[in-house]
Amino acid sequence: MTQTADPVAPQKPALAPVILLHPNDNILVCVKHISIGDVLLIDGETITSAAAIDVGHKIARAALTAGAKVYRYGAPIGSMTDAVAQGEHVHMHNMKSDYLPSHTRSRQNKNRSEL
Amino acid sequence: MSSPINSTVSFSGWQRADGRKGIRNVIVVAYLVECAHHVTRRIVNLAESLDENLPGDVHLIGFPGCYPNQYAYEMMRAVCTHPNVGGALLVSLGCESMNREKLLSEIIASGRPAELLVIQEAGGTKATIEAGIAAVKRLQSEAAKVARVPMYLNELIVGTICGGSDGTSGISANPAVGRCFDALVAADAICIFEETGELIGCETIMADRAVTPELGAEIEACVAKAEHYYRVMGFGSFAPGNADGGLTTLEEKSMGAYSKSGSSPISGLIKPGDIPPAGGLYLLDVVPDGEPRFGFPNISDNAEIIELIACGSHVILFTTGRGSVVGSAISPVIKICANPETYRRLAGDMDVNAGRILEGEATLDEVGEEILQNVIDVASGKRSVSEELGHQEFILTYKAFEPIGPSCLPVRQIA
Repeated sequence: MTQTADPVAPQKPALAPVILLHPNDNILVCVKHISIGDVLLIDGETITSAAAIDVGHKIARAALTAGAKVYRYGAPIGSMTDAVAQGEHVHMHNMKSDYLPSHTRSRQNKNRSEL
Repeated sequence: MSSPINSTVSFSGWQRADGRKGIRNVIVVAYLVECAHHVTRRIVNLAESLDENLPGDVHLIGFPGCYPNQYAYEMMRAVCTHPNVGGALLVSLGCESMNREKLLSEIIASGRPAELLVIQEAGGTKATIEAGIAAVKRLQSEAAKVARVPMYLNELIVGTICGGSDGTSGISANPAVGRCFDALVAADAICIFEETGELIGCETIMADRAVTPELGAEIEACVAKAEHYYRVMGFGSFAPGNADGGLTTLEEKSMGAYSKSGSSPISGLIKPGDIPPAGGLYLLDVVPDGEPRFGFPNISDNAEIIELIACGSHVILFTTGRGSVVGSAISPVIKICANPETYRRLAGDMDVNAGRILEGEATLDEVGEEILQNVIDVASGKRSVSEELGHQEFILTYKAFEPIGPSCLPVRQIA
């Protein structure tokens, strides 16, 4: 029997591909663009993404507290400056370097004043 | 990698008088101060338009500064006597500090044809351009006489750099280059990775891979030097595009960059212009010694490519996530694109699509083998994409280095 799409049935949200690079990591890396409403499968749990996230960006594998070390490749890559829930985007707005501060086009002066 | 490469893989190289072999026979035309840049560029452009060969056989290089700098001199000497270079034309304004006579005599002593034009003595812009075009023709016909000989993988030096990195670089392209490096080192080739400022955070694990504890200590010290230097500069080696692409911190970028080195032991620590003495994996320290004096260690990726070339690299493996287009005709640059979306946008600038790894279409080993095949093909004469497109970006700025310490090359002591 040939299946046809049911126009009334709600469209199944896309399962967003995120990858775990090392078993000890507390972040996952997005390998395909995630749209708002896409479903993230994290350690067997499903979470609906509240944000659009680009390829190469990170999401929290578990809830993280401010000050928590962030692990990628099994190695520390910085610390959280804010708490995040599982599945939330982890980036410049809630995380910092433990070495040299990162700069963006809009944050250059701020970093200079940190010297 | 799944299949060990056959160490008898050979290609046709150019035999140089110093014993080294090249995979290209390029004529470099060098301005010795910015004031001679325009005249030099005209010589290159006009010489190329008269050349029946594809673009790339004549390469514009130069140093813009008028003040003397030992590093800049050494870099010019190293590039002009690189095994891929068949001859050199130096173009001086006349009053700058670069020791043009010494540079000329060192190039000639390396067994290469070389000529010098001084604009103030040659009669100005038009006369120098005319004389320069004739000089390039003479150099090309001399260089064409160089003997072709079989060349093997264990005579090849391959450098790697990442530029325009993003959050995918450390997952796909960089570890794939690492697999290629492992195979090359196993075949006794020389592999060089670099930018200690982009290895901040990796110093301990990197030191553990050094062939001696003393070398490990040198590696940790050189990363500490880089961190201090960049701290004084006020910016880490981290560009806004890195953040756009998902990288948040310098140490995150470092961990991704580090995977280009593969898993071989680290045989030595070298500085720009040092040529590794034997097959193996080497770390190139690109951060100047002493108190920061001349600004950022390398103001752009191109400066790092030139330093890898000055260390003898015949081929450069350039990984990119955001998408870089740069290249060199002296030592062909092979582009390995980490991000599948970038690859689709910039396919015409890329040699290898490592983004396939993220889309589940290829494994790291498969892409590593593809990179290795690209190295062999380019060494055999096939032009890389950036080479075919005529990319010749070149930048050389002021720096200061102390010679490497005795612990930096244990292999030399063993040999």
